[in-house]
Amino acid sequence: MSGRPGHSCSGVFVAGVPLVWLLLFVLLPLLIVFAISLAETRTGSPPYTPLFTWEAGFLPRIHVQASNYALLLSDRLYIDAFLSSLRIAATSSFIALLIAYPMAYAIARARESVRTPLLMLVILPFWTSFLIRVYAWTGILNSNGFINNVLLDFGLIKAPLPLLHTEFAVHLGIVYSYLPFMVLPIFAVLEKLDWTYLEAAADLGARPLKAFLRVTLPLSLPGIFAGVLLVFIPALGEFIVPELLGGPDTLMVGRVLWTEFFSNRDWPLASALAIGLLVLVLVPAIVFFRLMRKEEAA
Amino acid sequence: MKNRSTFVLSMLVFGYAFLYVPIVILIIYSFNDSRLVTVWSHFSARWYGELFKNAQIGEALWLSLRVAAASATVSVILGTSAAFAMRRMRTLFSRGAFEAMVTTPLILPEVLTGLSLLLLFVFLGETLGWPGQRGALTITLAHITFGMAYATVVIRARLSQLDPALEEAAADLGATPWRTFRRVTLPLLLPAIFAAWLLAFTLSLDDVVIASFVTGPGATTLPLVIFSSVRLGVSPQINALATLLVLFAACTILTATLILRREEMQAKNMK
Repeated sequence: MSGRPGHSCSGVFVAGVPLVWLLLFVLLPLLIVFAISLAETRTGSPPYTPLFTWEAGFLPRIHVQASNYALLLSDRLYIDAFLSSLRIAATSSFIALLIAYPMAYAIARARESVRTPLLMLVILPFWTSFLIRVYAWTGILNSNGFINNVLLDFGLIKAPLPLLHTEFAVHLGIVYSYLPFMVLPIFAVLEKLDWTYLEAAADLGARPLKAFLRVTLPLSLPGIFAGVLLVFIPALGEFIVPELLGGPDTLMVGRVLWTEFFSNRDWPLASALAIGLLVLVLVPAIVFFRLMRKEEAA
Repeated sequence: MKNRSTFVLSMLVFGYAFLYVPIVILIIYSFNDSRLVTVWSHFSARWYGELFKNAQIGEALWLSLRVAAASATVSVILGTSAAFAMRRMRTLFSRGAFEAMVTTPLILPEVLTGLSLLLLFVFLGETLGWPGQRGALTITLAHITFGMAYATVVIRARLSQLDPALEEAAADLGATPWRTFRRVTLPLLLPAIFAAWLLAFTLSLDDVVIASFVTGPGATTLPLVIFSSVRLGVSPQINALATLLVLFAACTILTATLILRREEMQAKNMK
C-alpha cells in the first residue's frame, strides 16, 4: 500500500476543496432553509423576521415558531398538494414502467449490433432540453393543437377535447420526460440475465407467459425498483411539467412552493414547504441508494 | 412465441414513436409560415429569420453559453478531486458522509436547490456583503454545485475501473505523485472527464428552475427567456429556436459518442 501515490498533504487539498464547496453550497443552504422555515413573514427586505435579536447587547433572543408547519398540516391546500404530488408521481412511474419494460426487454433481446443504436436513441432525448420536450407537448395537446386537429379533420370528434392543462397532460409529461430513466436500469438488469433459465423453464413445460412471470420478472425486480425510484423521486418535486401542462387546479408541491415564493413572497412558508418536500424525497432516495449499494456488493 | 415477439416489437415501435414524434412535430411546425402555430399554411423559414434578428435571444444565448462553459469547467475540476478524495478515504464513515453530501444535489428537487441557494446568497449578502447583486455569477455558482455532483459520479465510475497497478508502476519507477497523475491517471480519465464536462454543460444550458431563483436583474439566461415565453403559450419563434437547440444537442452527442467509441476501440487495439 505504501506505493499508493500522493498520500500526503496534497490529499488534504484534493479532498478539502470539494468538501468546503459541498459544506458551503449544499449543507449550509439546507440549514438556512430550515432556519427560515421557523421565521415569520413580514414585508421588507429580507421578507422574514430575524431569528435572533440582540437586546441591549447581551444575550441573543431567539425567535422561533412552528406556525408555518402547523399551517402545512392544517390547511387543505397544502395537504392536497403533498398528496397529489405523491399520487401523480406514483401513477406516472407505473405508466412509465408499463411502457419502458417491453422496450428494455426488446432492446436486451435484440442483436448486439442494433442494441447500441437502440440504446443511444433512448438516451438521446435526455440530452435535449427538458423544457423544450415539455413545451413540445403544449403544441400537440392544445385545443387547436395537433391531436385535436387530426381528430376534428377525421370527424372523430365534434368539439376539441380538453387535453392541455389537465392532470392527464401532467402524467403524460412526466412519463415522457423520465422514460429513459426507466428503460436504462431495466435494460441493465435484463442484459445480464441468463436466458438459459428461460429455456430451462420452457423445457420443464412452462408456457412463455408463465416463464416470464415466474423467471424473468422476478429476476428483473432490481432494475424495476431502480427505474421506478428514478422516475418517482424527480416527479415528486416537479415544477415545469405541472406549470406548463397542468391546469390551475393541478396542485403539486413544487408548484405551490413556487407560488408561495414568487407570487405571495412568503419565504418562510416556502421554506417550510421545501423542508416537507425534502422529507418526502428523502425516503425513496435512501431506499434507492440502499438498493444500489446492494447491487454493487452483489 | 410468435405473438409475444410481435407484442414486444410493437411496444418497441410505440416507445420510440412516443419519444420522438413530439419532437418531430415541433420541428415540422417550426417551418410553418402561419402565425397561428397550429394551423399549417405553407413551408417557410420565416421564423428562423425573425429569430436571428431577435437581439434578446442572442444575448441570452451568449450569457447561457458563458455560464455553462464556466460552470462545466469548474464542475469537472471539483468532480475530479472529489472522485480522487473518495477513493482515498479509508474509514467507512468519512466516505459515507462525503458520498451522501456529493449525491444530495442529485436527488434534491430543483425548487428546493434553487430556494436554498437563493437563501444562502441573501444570507451571505447580508452578513458579508457578498454577493452584492445576484446575476450571472450566482447562477454559475449554483450550476457548479449540481454539475459537480454529476461530474463526480461519472468520473468516479471510471476511476474505480482503472487498474491501480498502472499508478503503482509509475510510482515504483520513481514518478512523483503529481507526475503520475498528469502522465498516467489523467490521460486514462480523460474520456470520462470529457463526458462529465458535456453533461454539466448540457444541464447548465437547460436549467430554468434554479436560475429563476438565483438570478438577479439583467441576468436572463436562454431557458429563462424560453420559459417566460412558453408560459404564455405556443410561439413560432420558440419553435424555431427549439428546433435549432434540439438539432445542435443531437449532433453534439452523436459526435461525442462516436469520438469516445473510437478512442475506446483504439485503447482496446493497443492492448
